[in-house]
Amino acid sequence: MLSKPEGPDRQFPSQPGSGAGSFVRREIWGPGVCGGPRTPGACVDQTGNMEELDGEPTLTLIPGVNSKKRQMCFDWGPGEMLVCETLFKKKEKEEKMLGCPFIYIVRKDIDVYSRILRKLFNESHGIFVGLQRIEEESTGKSRKAQLVRVSKNYRSVIRACMEEMHQVAIAAQDPVSGRQYSSQVSILSAMELIWNLCEILFIEVAPAGPLLLHLLDWVRLHVCEMDALSADVLGSENPNKHENFWNLATLFVLQGRLDEARQMLSKEADANPASASMCRVLGDLMRTMPILSPGNTQTLTELELKWQHWHEECERHLQDGTFASNPHLESLCKIMLGDDSALLEQKELLSNWYHFLVTRLLYSHPTVKPIELHFYAQSSLDLFLGGDSSPEPLDNILMAAFEFDIHQVIKECSIALSNWWFVAHLTDLLDHCKLLHSHNLYFGSNMREFLLLEYASGLFAHHSLWQLGVDYFDHCPELGRVYLELHIERIPLNTEQKALKILRICERRQMTEQVRSICKILAMKAVCNNRLGSALSWSIRAKDAAFATLVSDRFLKDYCERGSFSDLDLIDNLGAAMMLSDRLTFLGKYREFHRLYGEKRFADAASLLLSLMTSQIAPRSFWMTLLTDALPLLEQKQVIFSAEQTYELMQCLEDLTIGRTESRDLEGQRLQDDDIETTKVEMLRLALARNLARAIVKEGTLEGS
Amino acid sequence: MLITIHSNSLLSLQENSVSLWCIGDFGNLSSDGGFEGDHQLLCDIKHHGDVMDLQFLDQERIVAASSTGCVTIFLHHPNNQTLSVSQEWVGAHYHIGPGSPSYRSAPCTGIVCNSPEIVTVGEDGRINLFRVDYKEAVRTIDNADSSTLHAVTFLRTPEILTVNSIGQLKIWDFRQQGNEPSQILSLTGDRVPLHCVDRHPNQQHVVATGGQDGMLSIWDVRQGSMPVSLLKAHEAEMWEVHFHPSNPDHLFTCSEDGSLWHWDASTEVPEKSSLFHQGGRNSTLLAHPSSNQLNVNQSLISSWLSTDPAKDRIEITSLLPNRTLSVNSLDVLGSCLLCGTDAEAIYVTRQLFS
Repeated sequence: MLSKPEGPDRQFPSQPGSGAGSFVRREIWGPGVCGGPRTPGACVDQTGNMEELDGEPTLTLIPGVNSKKRQMCFDWGPGEMLVCETLFKKKEKEEKMLGCPFIYIVRKDIDVYSRILRKLFNESHGIFVGLQRIEEESTGKSRKAQLVRVSKNYRSVIRACMEEMHQVAIAAQDPVSGRQYSSQVSILSAMELIWNLCEILFIEVAPAGPLLLHLLDWVRLHVCEMDALSADVLGSENPNKHENFWNLATLFVLQGRLDEARQMLSKEADANPASASMCRVLGDLMRTMPILSPGNTQTLTELELKWQHWHEECERHLQDGTFASNPHLESLCKIMLGDDSALLEQKELLSNWYHFLVTRLLYSHPTVKPIELHFYAQSSLDLFLGGDSSPEPLDNILMAAFEFDIHQVIKECSIALSNWWFVAHLTDLLDHCKLLHSHNLYFGSNMREFLLLEYASGLFAHHSLWQLGVDYFDHCPELGRVYLELHIERIPLNTEQKALKILRICERRQMTEQVRSICKILAMKAVCNNRLGSALSWSIRAKDAAFATLVSDRFLKDYCERGSFSDLDLIDNLGAAMMLSDRLTFLGKYREFHRLYGEKRFADAASLLLSLMTSQIAPRSFWMTLLTDALPLLEQKQVIFSAEQTYELMQCLEDLTIGRTESRDLEGQRLQDDDIETTKVEMLRLALARNLARAIVKEGTLEGS
Repeated sequence: MLITIHSNSLLSLQENSVSLWCIGDFGNLSSDGGFEGDHQLLCDIKHHGDVMDLQFLDQERIVAASSTGCVTIFLHHPNNQTLSVSQEWVGAHYHIGPGSPSYRSAPCTGIVCNSPEIVTVGEDGRINLFRVDYKEAVRTIDNADSSTLHAVTFLRTPEILTVNSIGQLKIWDFRQQGNEPSQILSLTGDRVPLHCVDRHPNQQHVVATGGQDGMLSIWDVRQGSMPVSLLKAHEAEMWEVHFHPSNPDHLFTCSEDGSLWHWDASTEVPEKSSLFHQGGRNSTLLAHPSSNQLNVNQSLISSWLSTDPAKDRIEITSLLPNRTLSVNSLDVLGSCLLCGTDAEAIYVTRQLFS
């Protein structure tokens, strides 16, 4: 696995019409460039010019390659790279080193090969195609609702994959693969977390008030320890005595699940009559906390006012020491007052800074506006980490989202995540929300298209996922077509069915050049396999006259050798396709001659034979065969060739022999062949002369009578 | 992705393996562990090359055709839910290079089983007749076709039907020697490749084929060398066509354009069909499917062969709502229909006639 490029490399497919040769950049790197002393054995997927570098790219060693001793060279392919050893002569060392027998195929995008992630790719393809079909006309509410639904569909696919991956990770027998699966689970989970936040902030564009409700849902969805803990505590025989009883109660409060918290308090009240009144007071505070409910029509100002009153009441209880005798209850009350230090005491339960942020907002700024978010997010992050540790990539991504910096989100995700799936789909969705229009890259097209092209190129490297890539290319207006053209010609054609699928894709898009080239490959393959019928069918489909001529010649050669035609089922049914090339026409007509002859329609056969020569359709090299074919017709009892036709035949024979004598003078060899030839010519001359005599007599008689 | 149905399990292909699935709730054979309506992967086994065709030979044996030209019989062990290779004909289909006797494997494109016999066809234009437990092919017709053979089916016991890539339907009789077909039927002129063929389960002379242009052709092999009817169907290659085995007035086709169609020729009387069509789920109509069927059986002239367009209406229903990628394969049994798509998904329709 190589590090992913962040820069504008991969220039190769962006040159339309550059042909096959330039697609793969051929560069052989001398010693010191790759595998030099500084980075032994490392090849970095990093070519081209980069304007800026976002951090040092990680180096990945290719296992089994020892470049301390050897020189390496590599070659780019679509989604893959070939690495092998070279044997450049070194001046100082003349001794011959043993070459390494291996060529390595280094794949960039290993996620494509994961069995479970294939479902992610397949399912999201359907959603992607559906999204592209959402009409531009639909505006306002309905369009937004559609986009949110699409976003939720994407997320549910991520979730489904995550759950399956989780099951596999649990079931994994060996610890190594178990760890791999677990790390995939955490990556998928992070993807979903980021996507969900982007959905709330960029797609849903929730205003102050509902914004907090969405954020609460977001946190609740992603802190999944909650459910296990809740089942554990509430399922136990005596919840109050459970060691995690107060932890659970606190968590409920931290997540704003106050109804559940109240139920726990009433349990506590039942078990401890001494604290019953305190529990009731706190429970009442929880019940009366003003919240914005979706159906409610109250304005934000009203809510703020009510909330202020409630907040003061909580404050008063705390001041009065209502809960002084019970530290648990007092701490809950402090949390409900949004007290930073009380919240930070629950660091363990909060588990991450964004949970802290949302709880803080819930109890101190319930009507937070979108534009204020980044301020609270930054301070929450600082407070939560407390200078102990530096923010991780995920923190940076979320922070960028809170800052409404979409491009930063996408950039950070591109660096942090192991495949293009996430950024490509998210960017496309955000583009449909009309959030990216101003951002054009200085290379290729815009960012959406760049990411989609990268993702689809990765798919094309896979033996069966390539079909998904086609639709992605279709929706890249600028370079998609060129990418598709270059990629589709490079799919291995192991079966005709696969070839037909590819041809259908090309034909639908009027990619005639590719259709021609694929048909030609198939025709050539068929010729190599001695399947002339197939070869002819393919060249007819490609409308490739030159190749049809070549195949026809093979048919004629086979006929000359064996004396009979093969593949009659095809040749007899050529129809209009016969006109594709002169040679093919000749083949078809010549076969027709044989059929007429077989049916004893001698007159028709004779005039067809003659017309093949006089119209110059028959190749000169074949004339002798045709004239020999005329022999039995000349020898028939009744006269078939008329006098005029006989003259023409004689003319043909003379043309042929003049040509032959000239060439013979030049070569002056092949005496044996010449003997046979001369005999043939003599026989023909005799037969023609006799036929002419008979024809003249017959024609004279008919005229005279 | 290829599928075939057998009793209560289905087979599919994923990344070159043959998998045996159980889709639970149909048939009275209840599977252990499968919930109602739940599907479950029973077992799978690696397969060399692409699986080009797949069919159940009997209750426990499955025949697979490979793009490597190999034909394999897999045996299912229900006790410990495993699959194993029970027999293999390596190199059943191959090309001979020009001049030299170099053999190159050729994809096997189609198989048809009638235990103990298996007929295979391939891109090499060869027809093989295998018999279970025999090491060598019982009969091989070399150069049976100058182009690729795409599919094969049994016509009557010693006779088979093949379709090829130049639009011909050929009937072969294994009793005859030599490599000539006993009959050639073809579409006119255009040589549109045919991709699939199926025979009417009761009326053996009625044959349906599907072609590259998505056309459905119905043939009466007793008469004429032209199809009885040509029906405009899909927009791209029709990959498979199947008569319903017990309700043959229903036909199913799937295509590269991502659609799966249900052709219903049982609605004979126009009034009835129009009633049905208006969506008025008329109880009187639906309550007598048996009488309806009886009707069809009485008039033994197959509803598929009738050339009077006014009398017969074939109703077509699309079974997949939003199509994107090709539907490569389908199979139907009882009220259950399966199809496999290029999006690597299997769709199951359980209540076909409701």
